[in-house]
Amino acid sequence: MCGAVAAGFERRDGWRQREVPCGLSWESEKMPRRQSSRPPKQHIHSKSQTDLSAWRKGGNIDSEKSLQNQSVNDQKYDSQEGSLEQALSYLEKVQGRVALKKNSVLQKHLNAVESTALTQGLPPEGFEILLNVALSGRFADTVNTCLLKCLIPASVIPENSVVKAVSWLCVSKCSANIQLLFLKWLITVFDFIDHKEQLRALYGFFFFFLQDEKMCPYVCHLLYLLTRKENVKAFRIRALLDLQAKMGIQSHLQALLSLYKLYCPEQVTITLPGKMKTYFKNPEGPWKAAITAVRQRNQGTSPLSQRMLLGTSQPQSRKRKWNAQLVIPASSTNTNNLVEDREKNSVCLYSTNQSFPVEQLKTFPQLLQNIHRLEFPSQMGSVLANPLLLHYMNCVKDESIYLRLYYWMGQMLQEECTWCVVDNSSEEEFKSFLETVYKSECFLQEGFSACEEFLYKTLPLWDGLCCRSEVLSLLSWISFSSFSDIKSYIYDPLAQLFFTSSIYFKCSVIESLKELLQNWLNCNEFQMDLEFSPLNTTLSGQVNTVAELVHFVGRISTVALRLEKNSTFLLYFILDFYGTVCDMYLKYNLPLLIMPPAGVFYPALLSMDPVNLNQLCYIMYRYRTNLIAAKENELSKKKVLQFKFSNRTYKEYNQYIIAMVGCLWTSSAFQKDIHPQGLCMDDKLLSKTAVKELKTSFNIVYHPAMMGYSIEFLQQICPDDTTFNFKLIKGKRWDWYLEYLYTQGLKGLKVFIESSISRVSQATCSKAENVEA
Amino acid sequence: ESADPQQTAFALRKAWTLYSVTPLHRFRRSRLSDYARLLSAFIAAEKQKGLAVEVGVELDIKVALSSLAELRGSELDQAALLVQLSSRSRASSKNSEDKLVWSGWFCSMFGDELSENVPENFTCLPLFLTHGAESYTSLVGSWFQKTFDCCFRRLAISPLNLSWMVAMWAGYKLERAASAVELVFSMPCLSQPLDISYAIHPEDAKALWDTVQKTPGEITQGEVDVFMDCLYAHFHRHFKIHLSAAKLVKVSTGIASAHCDGIVKILHSQYLPGVLMLLTELAISQIQ
Repeated sequence: MCGAVAAGFERRDGWRQREVPCGLSWESEKMPRRQSSRPPKQHIHSKSQTDLSAWRKGGNIDSEKSLQNQSVNDQKYDSQEGSLEQALSYLEKVQGRVALKKNSVLQKHLNAVESTALTQGLPPEGFEILLNVALSGRFADTVNTCLLKCLIPASVIPENSVVKAVSWLCVSKCSANIQLLFLKWLITVFDFIDHKEQLRALYGFFFFFLQDEKMCPYVCHLLYLLTRKENVKAFRIRALLDLQAKMGIQSHLQALLSLYKLYCPEQVTITLPGKMKTYFKNPEGPWKAAITAVRQRNQGTSPLSQRMLLGTSQPQSRKRKWNAQLVIPASSTNTNNLVEDREKNSVCLYSTNQSFPVEQLKTFPQLLQNIHRLEFPSQMGSVLANPLLLHYMNCVKDESIYLRLYYWMGQMLQEECTWCVVDNSSEEEFKSFLETVYKSECFLQEGFSACEEFLYKTLPLWDGLCCRSEVLSLLSWISFSSFSDIKSYIYDPLAQLFFTSSIYFKCSVIESLKELLQNWLNCNEFQMDLEFSPLNTTLSGQVNTVAELVHFVGRISTVALRLEKNSTFLLYFILDFYGTVCDMYLKYNLPLLIMPPAGVFYPALLSMDPVNLNQLCYIMYRYRTNLIAAKENELSKKKVLQFKFSNRTYKEYNQYIIAMVGCLWTSSAFQKDIHPQGLCMDDKLLSKTAVKELKTSFNIVYHPAMMGYSIEFLQQICPDDTTFNFKLIKGKRWDWYLEYLYTQGLKGLKVFIESSISRVSQATCSKAENVEA
Repeated sequence: ESADPQQTAFALRKAWTLYSVTPLHRFRRSRLSDYARLLSAFIAAEKQKGLAVEVGVELDIKVALSSLAELRGSELDQAALLVQLSSRSRASSKNSEDKLVWSGWFCSMFGDELSENVPENFTCLPLFLTHGAESYTSLVGSWFQKTFDCCFRRLAISPLNLSWMVAMWAGYKLERAASAVELVFSMPCLSQPLDISYAIHPEDAKALWDTVQKTPGEITQGEVDVFMDCLYAHFHRHFKIHLSAAKLVKVSTGIASAHCDGIVKILHSQYLPGVLMLLTELAISQIQ
């Protein structure tokens, strides 16, 4: 395009004909020079019709609330828009030059357009049609003027319609006055155009029009609005200087030159007056007042159009408070920096090393290409809404980034917290904000300190209901380092809520704490090589923090299982937590293993549900693997390790194993259990229960959780036997039964039995058989 | 400790609405005139949002930013920053005085607790006081938020802090005949709002405080409680109303007055730093 413009300047006389140079391949697509070959009218017509109805629907969105008003509204809309619709379709179809005089039909339609425009503004779809008509010279100038004056946007103006209009301008079908009026209109409504990329692509064409003396001031203003750094070219500067030489010093030319100089100080070497009183006059025109009036009228009823007016894609907060920023700010370049850079007056900042505006950052490849010249947005809070900037944040380790985010987030959380601030009813907004914060934390794999402080401050006041899942999720990103506060600020208030809330709340808390534990374990590399750091106090601090969390969960789980009558559902979440705990040594290199308390272990062992029993088996298997690894490590090292699992852990593990083997395998649960809180019972006491065959009542066949499997198995091996003779499961059948259990997905049971139960010899006589015998 | 009376005169005898402000990021004291220009353009643009703005024209609202070097406490404090918006009427001639329509100032009085902990490119001026239309506050505030990535929050004053203020201020000596010490209480849980105003002769209040305070120059929560309890007991003796059950909403003394909504009026320049110090402390505790 630039080439074309340059060429155009050389052939300065040529362009006077107002014909667009034809040597360009792309221009034939964009220029409606061949407007005679417009697309079939029918097609356009139907399109505009559907679009119009869509717009009407949009306009009615707000009246959904007031259903009783709906019919009244509809009537009103129908009477007005019906005629606008008709008018538009008439204007679109009309052919040849039409005179206004004595043409009552045209007059009627013009009136319809005018009245709608001045009251409601025009829908986006109307602009293309009206601009087409007004600039194609089909009507007399009075009609064209009237139409242009009606171009009051209700919401936005589609860029496309403006681009088409500009192409009409290029073929000079309309008079100079109309051209001028169009330019004034374009300047006035510039901010209402929905996109400007294509319009910017026409920069060179606008530049042509500078040659027209009358249009020059307006074109300058428009160029002033359109100019970006990449538009500043040596030939354009030359052309402007030529113009200035011809026309004398003009404020509009000076304005454009000073903008060029701002962008490329090294290219524009002339001195410009430092201060101009006015560069551009406000383009006079009828639109400004009308737009304001239309907007005021629409604003009351439709926040939707308001949003479009402001060009923000973010939904506006319902709040009227200006400093309530629950809406995450849109990312925009820090203008503060721009000005600062300009002051430094260093050439490099604008030419070679110019920064990449965050507004333009849309794709990941863009991020990669521009990562060296990217700057954080003017308001750090906007990174939360922008995953690309979060990526960038991950790469930049700068304290001030975190500090800005810290202050912003801290103030926002405090100001908007629905259970701390009394007159705050927007729970939904706060919820979604918390969710955004949580998602960002997950993305960055670290917690925000502002959020953590917020939890410390507000958890004691929390009712456990408001934004429940969001608050509990945020809990999981509390940072590891702050262990000294965590008990009084988190555990204590949480325990209070935990004990007094529903089972679902309990499950969610346990789950969050599991996430917390996992995040702690993932985010820390535990250095175990203690030969080089004999007394690593941080490590011991870390170990204590983790231990504190695990013990806390153990305590509340014990109580919760009692309160909820050993609920299977709750147990599932608790065992899930221990699924992480049992592997801390091998998986996360943390010299710490904590057995579940008896209050968790026994309800799981005696659970009525095979899923939990299976999970318990798996957990005990992992404990065993971890403990053996630790023991081996201990033996292989000559020096005394700072961290050694206490004998208590081994002892506890062994007690549990005996209980488990007794309960699942040897049918000796009541005799051999040696845990103080275990199942061991006096024979006399047992006999009082009057249960027959006490001895066999707990093993993989008789265990209540396994009973379903054993019945199924019996039915398969002896389909005719209806007496459920469980004693049949022994010897070879015992092995089959095991195989059967394994195929039923009891993988935990499998690894447990294979690791923890030594079977004398499968071929000769199995231990099971001995026991059974 | 008292600041230059000329510089601080603007701050006296006006009702200031209080805000806390988080540290300003990349604020440069040397660029105040640029900021003023940008802020006035911002105000003009916001006022006619969406419509073309005349470029370079003299705008209706003139913005002036200035440093108040005197208005600071410790070495670490930044000088206060005054923002003034004045309107020029188009009809009148150039030499007519611009009319001040809004003013606001950022300040830090012994705000070391905050300023010693922030990196270099942050400027701590945690207390923001405004006087004028809320719409201008919102425009100026939004611009500062956008430009320096800071956050504004209204600074409410709790009844506890109000009682501190009244106890402190009652104890100050004033040469001139001072106005009464007044406490306004609002009765809770009533269908009709009911306020009780409790006025005390300043000398009586001072005498009471002097008997309560043990070490001059030092105030403890216990002393403040005793002071308030004495006032409550006295009131109860006469009116049989327990004021301790009501909410203290406003206190006014010859030094200053303060409302729980976060509005203060400072009357005496000598005690300006003292009042600002207390307010700075409140602002910082809201930020951290």
